[in-house]
Amino acid sequence: MKKNQTISKQIWQFFCSARLAVYTLVLLALTSIIGTIVLQNGAEEEYIKFYGHGWYNLIKTFNFDDMYHAWWFLGLLVILCINIIVCSIERLSSTWKIIFPKKITFNPDRFRKLKNLETITVNRTTPDLTLEFEKLLSKTVGHVSKEETGNSALLYAEKGRWTRIGVYIVHTSLLLLLLGALIGSLFGFKANLNLDEGKSSDEAILIDSKNPVKLGFSIQCNDFNVKFYDTGAPEEFRSNLTILEDGKETLTQDILVNHPLRYKGINIFQSTYGSAPPDSISLEIIRQEDKMALIKNVKIGEEIQLSDEETLFMIEEFLPHFDFNGNDLGQAFVGRIVEKDGKSFQIGLPLKFPTFDKMRKGTFAFVIKGAEQKHYTGLHITKDPGIWYVYAGFFLMIIGCWITFFMAHESYFVEIETAGEMSSTISISATSNRNSHGLRLKIRKMRHIIKG
Amino acid sequence: MNSSFLLSSTTFIYALASVFYIGSFAFKKQILSKAGFVVLVIGFLDNTAGIIMRWVESYQMGYGHAPFSNMYESLIFFSWTVAVLYIFVEFKYKESIIGVFVSPLIFLAIAYASFDPNTSSKISPLLPALKSNWLIAHVITCFLGYAGFAVAFGFSIMYFVKPRNPQSESMFAKLPSWELIDELTYQMVVFGFLFLTIGIITGAVWANSAWGKYWTWDPKETWSLITWLIYAIFMHLRIIRGWSGKSLAYISIIGFVAVLFTYFGVNYLLSGLHSYA
Ligand code: HEM
Repeated sequence: MKKNQTISKQIWQFFCSARLAVYTLVLLALTSIIGTIVLQNGAEEEYIKFYGHGWYNLIKTFNFDDMYHAWWFLGLLVILCINIIVCSIERLSSTWKIIFPKKITFNPDRFRKLKNLETITVNRTTPDLTLEFEKLLSKTVGHVSKEETGNSALLYAEKGRWTRIGVYIVHTSLLLLLLGALIGSLFGFKANLNLDEGKSSDEAILIDSKNPVKLGFSIQCNDFNVKFYDTGAPEEFRSNLTILEDGKETLTQDILVNHPLRYKGINIFQSTYGSAPPDSISLEIIRQEDKMALIKNVKIGEEIQLSDEETLFMIEEFLPHFDFNGNDLGQAFVGRIVEKDGKSFQIGLPLKFPTFDKMRKGTFAFVIKGAEQKHYTGLHITKDPGIWYVYAGFFLMIIGCWITFFMAHESYFVEIETAGEMSSTISISATSNRNSHGLRLKIRKMRHIIKG
Repeated sequence: MNSSFLLSSTTFIYALASVFYIGSFAFKKQILSKAGFVVLVIGFLDNTAGIIMRWVESYQMGYGHAPFSNMYESLIFFSWTVAVLYIFVEFKYKESIIGVFVSPLIFLAIAYASFDPNTSSKISPLLPALKSNWLIAHVITCFLGYAGFAVAFGFSIMYFVKPRNPQSESMFAKLPSWELIDELTYQMVVFGFLFLTIGIITGAVWANSAWGKYWTWDPKETWSLITWLIYAIFMHLRIIRGWSGKSLAYISIIGFVAVLFTYFGVNYLLSGLHSYA
């Protein structure tokens, strides 16, 4: 670096360098490995148990526990972006001059010296061959420029100048991708919502901070279904959802894994499911003295009168874990009996033991006939205003790679000279900004066509 | 005739093709490599029939999905893609001798699928998240990418066995010119890079439609990104730093090691979302 360069010039030079690009890419590749080996976003205890205190401090210092969001990793990405921008600006002006030249000129001597020059002599006249080559070149390449002198002709044709823009498209697509990711992380969110069948909610829980976030509308889960294969593996999860705005139904739709619902920039994905507490129970109520039985469906909170027309019964609540003398009997309803003298007490009705209440030997025995198993649907709710930048980046990346890899700026040069009465010498050569071997094959093919 | 018969016979036909190619090399008999090519094409047809058959069988069993859903199926498909790519290259460049570096890869992948006790050849139903056309596009393009890198790897090996001295009597003296090896390796890397790019992208689109996240840094994703970066480095070193020959061949080999790690290592050593492939 020269002494008299200004600081800003030096910085520009630094980011201009293609060597920097290679180093940055190598560093990105190497450091990315860390995050696949060290557990990401785990709890402190997990790290301490696994690596011990010393290593944990190191992990914490360098954010290896969330390394793809660590300052130094993001810093590498920023360097990559600046590198691409500076490098592209620096090169674009010269590329531009190649793509849009004031005047297309060619230097015959340069083509005569090319390694892929093929020379043949055929028994045809120069004008005849010139015409044929002109046709061939304009068909397979493009516009042909011709210079004819008495007994020789020069033909020149080229195509694909614009394909030199391909790499710029590739690099721009990368910037778009990263921009989209940035927008997504700044203005979007990722949240979860567990919704019982029949319930609705207008907010979800953010995954990162566990805080609620307002959606701007309500989601109601009308129904959830899960189907299984014979093997027991799940085949399909399906939720029927309704979107409510100001209490009014605006949209009802089924969602499945891979078939989310998108509404006003918010995406609702089927993610998991689980069992929700049942809200009613079907009971056989047996009067102990005469064994008279009747079946009733009771909702939580509902109060019914029993057949002696004096005793009241209600279901108070549903417990996921019912404790009986220190034993966990699992899911159970809790009922309350109020006798005519006002004496009241609770009874437990565990789902796993339908006849459990008979043991109590009370006036009435409650036998569980069934409880409708309800589900909740686990929804993943996201908003990502950056997604269109990301998708545009994806699209440009593929287009750009295609142009860069499979198209080229090619120039063909053909010189035809009269060699005798009825014979001429043809020299064909070509240049390309890519794939020299492919070009050689093309030249040979051209020679082949002319030779017949 | 069922798919497992077709696919296991494919394994043996590919083995035979490798034997012919290696034989043509060892005994310097051109005719053997010609035979190798014919056998390879037969194996490829058998392989194709096997994959189609398996697809049909999955419908008959009522699961109805494309045969790209587990380790076994992806390895079979990997062999298929490497075979199709190699057949194309030999057809286009007429250099049959390079088959000796590629045909063993084709054979090894399918043999591994058949003989590894950890990979199950049973046709099993798909989990809900895997039912997506994006997934099919994702798997096919990733494997085309891997196949490109595999063939590039095979070609890179030539740098280490071809003698410098053109008068050499070594059995490797007949290999194509340095220029052509260089060109072929680069072409295969370019092919692989394009398809890996599309593969990563379709994977991201799929993840976004299934889970609402296009990128989660799960180990498999991260390793495919690392692989992608290595080949990006390969191209930059070649284009802007002017690297070529052996030094570039090392990068291609490192890249292929990363491919293998993405493919096998992540499944066995690291944990993540991708249950297979
Ligand atoms: C992940 C990041 C990158 C990717 C995927 C990428 C991709 C590519 C591709 C596909 C090519 C064409 C290679 C070929 O023709 O064989 C290329 C060329 C190039 N890249 Fe990158 N690139 C990346 C980062 C960078 C960065 C950070 C720079 C900064 C200087 C850079 C500078 C260049 C240059 C100067 C060329 C040569 C263009 C030419 O042919 O004249 N690249 N890049």
